[in-house]
Amino acid sequence: MSKQIYIQLFKFVFLVLLQIYVLNNIAFFGHLNPYLYILFILLLPLETPKWLLLVSAFMLGLSIDYFSHTIGLNIAASLLVAYLRPGMIRRLSPKIDLSQGQKIGIRDFGFAWFFMYSSFLITIHHICLFLLDSFRMSEILDALGRALMSSIFTIGLVILSQYLFYRQKK
Amino acid sequence: MRYLLAFLWKHNFFFLFVALELIAFILMTNSKNYQGSVIINATSEFTGGINNTATNIGNYFSLNRANEQLLRENTALLQNSSESVLISDTGFQYVDSLYRYIGAKVISISTHKRNNYMMLNRGSKHGIKKDMGVISGDGIVGTVISVSKNYSSVMLLLHKDAKISARIKKNNQLVNAVWNEIDYRFGTLEDIPAHLQLEAGDTIVSSGNSFIFPQGIQIGTVTEYLNNSGQSLNSAKIKYSTDFNGIFYVYIIENLKKEEIIELEEENN
Repeated sequence: MSKQIYIQLFKFVFLVLLQIYVLNNIAFFGHLNPYLYILFILLLPLETPKWLLLVSAFMLGLSIDYFSHTIGLNIAASLLVAYLRPGMIRRLSPKIDLSQGQKIGIRDFGFAWFFMYSSFLITIHHICLFLLDSFRMSEILDALGRALMSSIFTIGLVILSQYLFYRQKK
Repeated sequence: MRYLLAFLWKHNFFFLFVALELIAFILMTNSKNYQGSVIINATSEFTGGINNTATNIGNYFSLNRANEQLLRENTALLQNSSESVLISDTGFQYVDSLYRYIGAKVISISTHKRNNYMMLNRGSKHGIKKDMGVISGDGIVGTVISVSKNYSSVMLLLHKDAKISARIKKNNQLVNAVWNEIDYRFGTLEDIPAHLQLEAGDTIVSSGNSFIFPQGIQIGTVTEYLNNSGQSLNSAKIKYSTDFNGIFYVYIIENLKKEEIIELEEENN
């Protein structure tokens, strides 16, 4: 179990650094920005207690906010994803058996399942993030557009990362 | 009471979610005003150090662009200034009668958010104070909002609260420059009196009224004049002369006579 904690801590630090130093500096076509860090919440083990989901989302958002002058913004969006995650898993696979030790990912759940799961939560996260950032009525449509385009980028990266890091283990 | 506790416990996931979201929103609303800069200040000493290392690595890849930028600025200086400036040009600093310029390196910047900031590798140790102006070789960049020992945070023109007192260069009329856009390249001019006709290509410069920026520093050029019929004040779209996505070095401006001016103003009141 303690090994699991170290793995998760490493993922946390890795994704935060990747987000701040690489992805935050990428802006496709001016302002499309992938937010891959949310992958951490998506991939937390199935047996993670619900309160821990929220607490880790809070810490994750706080770390990202710390470095990007947006205090509170990423916390709010990450919390929403952590809150919706258990319901989403229940809806996609109602008869999930925790004792089998399945890990969230394409390897154990298949492409369609993982695609549905990640694209829904990522889109929610991005919409929340971009809407809160804009905060003005006249910009809502534009913010939505940017959120959706950025979501596509992030989903692409998430799927790519699945094939890069998790496939070979089989 | 027991039922209430039981109820709270039963839905603890939901209530914890609401409680944490509340904290997030409180942080968010606070960071939109001046208190927020305190949080930024407390963290910048730590994040500044990490950012500095990252930028040092990143710099190797953009040396060419940075050199070109510096070369362009040097050329402009050579063309504009008298020989005395050339002799005293030993570093980034030189003193003239009104303003002191302090050169700084950009160690992190955002341009595609709703409110954008950058961090500079100069702080209170180097004499930086809050509310100093920041310019690049091409034009106005922003104002310092918080300072730590070695680093300072700058609110860019690309910010909801950034409002710069500006002048139309050809007729010296006062206007205000704000940022309502999403694109970091463009800004908006507000409060243009209706009898003034602006044309695309007109230059907009700083007014010098705020004691933050010297007079006549370029802000941008007009790209589109918007005539709001029926209103006494029109607006215009401008293209910033600073390329926010490609700045590496900036100059922080200290107004050496600021205290004197403020003192005089207080006497009048």
